[in-house]
Amino acid sequence: MSAGKRSNEPVVWFLFGAGGFLAAYFLPVHVLFYGLLFPTGLVHAPGYQETLALVRHPLARIYLFALLTFCFFHAAHRMRLTLSDVLNLRHLNTVLAFVCYGGALVGTAFTVWLLLTV
Amino acid sequence: MSDTIILEVARFNPEDGGEPSYQSYEVPLRPDWMVLDGLNHIKDQLDGSLAFRWSCRMGICGSCGMMVNGMPTLTCETLLMNYAPGPIRIAPLDHFPVVKDLVVDLDDFLAKLQKVRPWVVRKDDFKPAREFMQSPAQLEAFHQFSLCINCTLCYAACPVSGLDPNFIGPAAIALAHRYNLDSRDQGIEDRLDIVSQHEGIWDCTVVGECSVVCPKHVDPSLAIQQFKLTATKEWFKSFLLPRGKH
Repeated sequence: MSAGKRSNEPVVWFLFGAGGFLAAYFLPVHVLFYGLLFPTGLVHAPGYQETLALVRHPLARIYLFALLTFCFFHAAHRMRLTLSDVLNLRHLNTVLAFVCYGGALVGTAFTVWLLLTV
Repeated sequence: MSDTIILEVARFNPEDGGEPSYQSYEVPLRPDWMVLDGLNHIKDQLDGSLAFRWSCRMGICGSCGMMVNGMPTLTCETLLMNYAPGPIRIAPLDHFPVVKDLVVDLDDFLAKLQKVRPWVVRKDDFKPAREFMQSPAQLEAFHQFSLCINCTLCYAACPVSGLDPNFIGPAAIALAHRYNLDSRDQGIEDRLDIVSQHEGIWDCTVVGECSVVCPKHVDPSLAIQQFKLTATKEWFKSFLLPRGKH
């Protein structure tokens, strides 16, 4: 444990932290509207064309990109630490990091494709 | 209610080559007796061969930490009555090598503590003519983290300490943070070099048990999260300004 080998973990921790913030503050709003208020008819549900027009707005695309991408990395980081500590797979740390963050990157790429083609 | 209580005490003597085992002792159950008083009764009246550490009897020295019914506990601050009618199972602190009976080897912890430089570090040669002045707000910034008594209950409570013996651990990081937050200190770069390694703050997964068991109400978990934020800012600064003195 000599001086000078600072970890690069801040990169994934920053993505994890940002994703945690978005998952805590913004995802519940979507769950509330699309999971509860729209299906029960308490709030008038927008139609397909209305929703499509909303998603095609540049600001909505930027918002959805940020929300989904950071949440993917939040989930990946949490999954990696849970697997390594709860299942005691610390010796597979590199593999776990590759699979979890790789999964988040695939999710990010899919999100970009979806938002650009929708 | 019975006026005695059974203590099941972990026994281990490496010189005997024996296996660790539990031995039961019956001690008086008095309303003002702490668990430590029960152990001292055993040592003085029943079995002088029992080994355990204690000193101040008032929650200051931090030497009498043990696992009491599976929880890291300062035995001088915990009433026997809390566990009536018993029995009470007393074991050495988890995650430390055992020297004998309830005595654990703290050398590794003390080495880690020294590594994070838990003292005021000055980089200039400023010689104050009198004491360094600090405002109440500057004191408040680090005060809670300065209350640590090095009892190491947080290490026994931390599952990461159990999984990774190289983890610097809650108390040492909280004390490093205490000096980083001190307005008189200039040693944050030295400490980041040690604490921002993987075995430092990044090993912590925020289980938070360290803050639950701390008898002095220090919040090491908070210290580690605040340290992570500082280290992340420094990482991005050095990434964006690689040649700059950060």
